[in-house]
Amino acid sequence: MIKSLKSIGEYFIMMRKVVSRPQKYSVFFKQIILELDKIGLNSVGIVIIISFFVGGVVTIQTSINMSNPILPKYLIGLATRDSLILEFSPTMICLILAGKVGSNIASEIGTMRVTEQIDAIEIMGVNSTSFLILPKIISAMFFFPFLIIISMSIGLVGGWIGGHAVGVSTADYLYGIKYDFLPYYITYALTKTIVFAFIITSVSAYFGYFTKGGAINVGVSSTKAVVYSSIIILIFNFILTDLLLS
Amino acid sequence: MIIVENIHKKFDGNQVLNDISFTFEPGKTNLIIGESGSGKTTLLKILIGLYDLDSGTIKYNERVFTEMKLKQKRQLRQEIGMLFQGGALFDYMTVEENIMFPLTMFTNQTEEEKLDRVNFCLNRVNLENKNHLLPSELSGGMLKRVAIARAISMNPKYLLCDEPNSGLDPKTAILIDNLIQEITQEYNITTVVNTHDMNSVMEIGEKIAFIYNGVIWWEGHKEELINSDNKQLNDFVFASELFKRLKKS
Repeated sequence: MIKSLKSIGEYFIMMRKVVSRPQKYSVFFKQIILELDKIGLNSVGIVIIISFFVGGVVTIQTSINMSNPILPKYLIGLATRDSLILEFSPTMICLILAGKVGSNIASEIGTMRVTEQIDAIEIMGVNSTSFLILPKIISAMFFFPFLIIISMSIGLVGGWIGGHAVGVSTADYLYGIKYDFLPYYITYALTKTIVFAFIITSVSAYFGYFTKGGAINVGVSSTKAVVYSSIIILIFNFILTDLLLS
Repeated sequence: MIIVENIHKKFDGNQVLNDISFTFEPGKTNLIIGESGSGKTTLLKILIGLYDLDSGTIKYNERVFTEMKLKQKRQLRQEIGMLFQGGALFDYMTVEENIMFPLTMFTNQTEEEKLDRVNFCLNRVNLENKNHLLPSELSGGMLKRVAIARAISMNPKYLLCDEPNSGLDPKTAILIDNLIQEITQEYNITTVVNTHDMNSVMEIGEKIAFIYNGVIWWEGHKEELINSDNKQLNDFVFASELFKRLKKS
């Protein structure tokens, strides 16, 4: 319990240092561009692949479970749309990104810690937290919403192809995904995404920054980063859903 | 000059440094020697504020480091060059980018001026035309020399070295030692070298502090060290057969 409270305290002290003014804006913006590439662009491929297949599978499973002839076929498109926009794209994709991006951040910063690169940055007079962590947080909070929009779009395309396989016509599917659509669902999904992006980057950076020891401890930090950011995402998913949808 | 007065440091109730007082003089290679675990690295990290001390004072010339706020410490650190045991080069940057990093962060020099400075520093450590190599492509000795080039790129007034020749062959180790001594004398830098390598001590030990169980047990220069009758110092310095024979002769 005391250890957990100490960790939470350390996290907030670190975050206070992270949000300080960058020492040199030209270097800071260069770091953001690098992180956009590393955290954002490098994740586009996996997001497309997963979203496409999950979209397809959701449609097939919904179709199988709605085989009653009384139920109109367009409901399959509607169910796929709501599953993807409300939950799969913002939450599940962010959980996957917690694994990919979170472990990457924790191991990168952790390795820098154990090889004294962070000490070297501090000794030069640079605020290491702001220099290393802030660009990652900003990049993720900026780019993850685009990834989620890509995920929603590709997921719906996957759903359309999946629907074809089980006899849902294009007209029914398109009618379904447009039926009773609330644009607020997108706002809700993107709000969750921005919060999750902050959780993934800051929690992973915390575990990396406070790594002690050697290579084994970097691995431990990386695992902890994924586990804790996933748990925190699930908790915040519950809170945000209750706050934003009920 | 770095003046250290009555430094105490405990880790988990264990006294690591006990009443350490010493003056590190400019233009000289000041050596901290002692067995592994004696508190050398802790002292070095306290000097630059990576560890907080329990009590005592550290002065950089007239400036009291221990009374400074973090922002002031960061400003002072721009006058300090540090050479880490493993080099601590940024592995995603090339040699040129590593050396250029402090210049980019703290000066308003043009790209051309920065490149001139990088080439000057690389030339000073005899590593011309290695600008575009990554740290992973360098040998141990080259890595240390790039780290020295980065440490001197901002014209530091103070140079701190943590076991600069660990893991190097004797010939390269002497090369690094001599380079540190030359740079110290050339720019009148206050250099602090943390080592347990007796070759280094004999090569560049102009002022030496021997730490034993967290206490400065002996201080002097290399000639005095050879003739000292301090038991703990002799046990450390003349641990090897070779040095025992040298002492007898």
